[in-house]
Amino acid sequence: MAVTILIPTPLRPFVGGRDAVQLEGGSVGELLDRLTGEHAPLRPHLFADDGRLRSFVNVYVNDRDIRQLAQRDTPVKAGDTVSIIPSIAGGTAVADVLPHLSHEEILRYSRHLILPDVGLEGQKKLKAARVLLVGAGGLGSPAALYLTAAGVGTIGLVDFDVVDKTNLQRQILHGTSTVGTGKLESAAARIHDLNPNVRVEPFETRLTSENALDIIRDFDVVADGTDNFPTRYLVNDACVLLDKPNVYGSIFRFEGQASVFHARRGPCYRCLYSEPPPPGLVPSCAEGGVLGVLPGIIGSIQAMETIKLILGVGEPLIGRLVLFDALKLQFRELRLEKDPDCPVCGRHPTITALIDYEAFCGIGAEPSYEGAEISAEQLKDEWQRNPELLVIDVRDPHEHAIAHIEGARLIPLSELPDRLGELDGHREIVTHCHHGARSLKALEILKAAGFSKVRSLRGGIDAWAVNVDRSLPRY
Amino acid sequence: MTLVLDPRHVAAIRRHGEADYPAEACGLIGGSVEEHYKVAVQLVPLVNRRTDAARNRYLIDPESFRRAQERLERDGLEVIGVYHSHPDHPPVPSAFDREHAWPTLSYVIVGVGRGSAAEPKSWVLTDDRGSFEEEPITNEERKVVWQ
Repeated sequence: MAVTILIPTPLRPFVGGRDAVQLEGGSVGELLDRLTGEHAPLRPHLFADDGRLRSFVNVYVNDRDIRQLAQRDTPVKAGDTVSIIPSIAGGTAVADVLPHLSHEEILRYSRHLILPDVGLEGQKKLKAARVLLVGAGGLGSPAALYLTAAGVGTIGLVDFDVVDKTNLQRQILHGTSTVGTGKLESAAARIHDLNPNVRVEPFETRLTSENALDIIRDFDVVADGTDNFPTRYLVNDACVLLDKPNVYGSIFRFEGQASVFHARRGPCYRCLYSEPPPPGLVPSCAEGGVLGVLPGIIGSIQAMETIKLILGVGEPLIGRLVLFDALKLQFRELRLEKDPDCPVCGRHPTITALIDYEAFCGIGAEPSYEGAEISAEQLKDEWQRNPELLVIDVRDPHEHAIAHIEGARLIPLSELPDRLGELDGHREIVTHCHHGARSLKALEILKAAGFSKVRSLRGGIDAWAVNVDRSLPRY
Repeated sequence: MTLVLDPRHVAAIRRHGEADYPAEACGLIGGSVEEHYKVAVQLVPLVNRRTDAARNRYLIDPESFRRAQERLERDGLEVIGVYHSHPDHPPVPSAFDREHAWPTLSYVIVGVGRGSAAEPKSWVLTDDRGSFEEEPITNEERKVVWQ
């Protein structure tokens, strides 16, 4: 003779409408496992994700609550009656309702709707979702386009830049016709054209410690497409403080990384990189270059992970760092551990409010270069008066091939320490690069080696092309 | 599914919400399920067992549920839903409601703003427990049921 399990009305549809089920088993746990094994859709209603019986599910063996007995190990024997009895709880708080889809939307998303893992409900979740993209540039472009196409209901965009022609090689959200207009305006027009159902919430500002919490608070997922360390740490800390998932991506030349940081479920960015690299060590895209397709790949991974988080399907990239090498076309994966001593998401956090991220990343604390720089016009004058002046181009040879200042001597920054012997310490020296950052580093090397009459061209060859020699192409 | 709720039931739910304001009122809805309709026949007003936070929480303990279920079953009815009030909040389910929700039941919520109850709305948990969907309320079927 089996054990009788009495099923309460709300669960009867899951067991074929019956009010009782007969099963064999030695303990309550065994019976419930068997019951939910036979009727799998029942399981999430009885058990939480961690496998424990939900707090509002009460189980009685012959009128005795198993909490007063041996919980799920409570023994049962043939002829016993096990009752599942609801307690019903609730209360006021935040709204949590799915929107409806119009006929147009149903047609538009039909390839999603026929996917069992998305379906009508998943598509409604996408419509209800609010995703914040920090940066409408290389990574933000593909992410915004795919999230828009997928039907994410609200996309927040944080950017304060203007579309520049050099952006178009990779920032496919913008076009030739929008060069010179604000990136948000340009992005909103493209998004609206692609999917007018998507609402764009523009934040034409730099994300700062003052505004980050207020901006991020109202979104469900944040996708970080920033190109600098202060903002990346800012986004991370704000997401940890607000318990938001942070879909991270970054790119450099031919390589990219992506992960999902959600402190409640895994590590955060600080668990991975507790401290930023010294300022200037990692060049930005503007300094180091980037293959245009690369942000397309990494930004698309960010869009994919964002959608998975919204739908709650698959295995999110939490606790894993994906490394992509475009030249080898190779993906590698690293396991990330949560750092128990992480200053923001660890057991004893020391960062409980947003800090000054520029200072944290050492920006603004750089040595002063006052008096060490020279403008393009000034260099032209001095060079004419003093042909002995030595101009050193510290860029790489492939950049030299794009454009160079006539009469300047090419010594790439990486070779400079070994080639100091070629230089005459008595001559005036001016270093230059593309925009004026690497030439300041060259300056430090030269000064450390005892050269005293050295200056750096402010704005680099770009300033020279704009103010002195307009025959040079800018890049 | 559509919830068939008699104007009499709606009035009773509103009255209960107003009477218990500013605490949350709660009760069970007994009735029968007929193809596309859940037809409410009888309300079972219950005592909110959350005395610690009755303004924003309600609890129907298992004993009350069991007794109500037995009583309804004697009349050939079943528990088709739960009603509760949201004092000074709109009649939409909270995350807390969702986390604690049972599948298939209609969750009828009535907002009671400054002691005055508005029209209730009804909600049903989605199968993945991810959210609530609003369920239409009608009284069209009333005649059929009571004939």
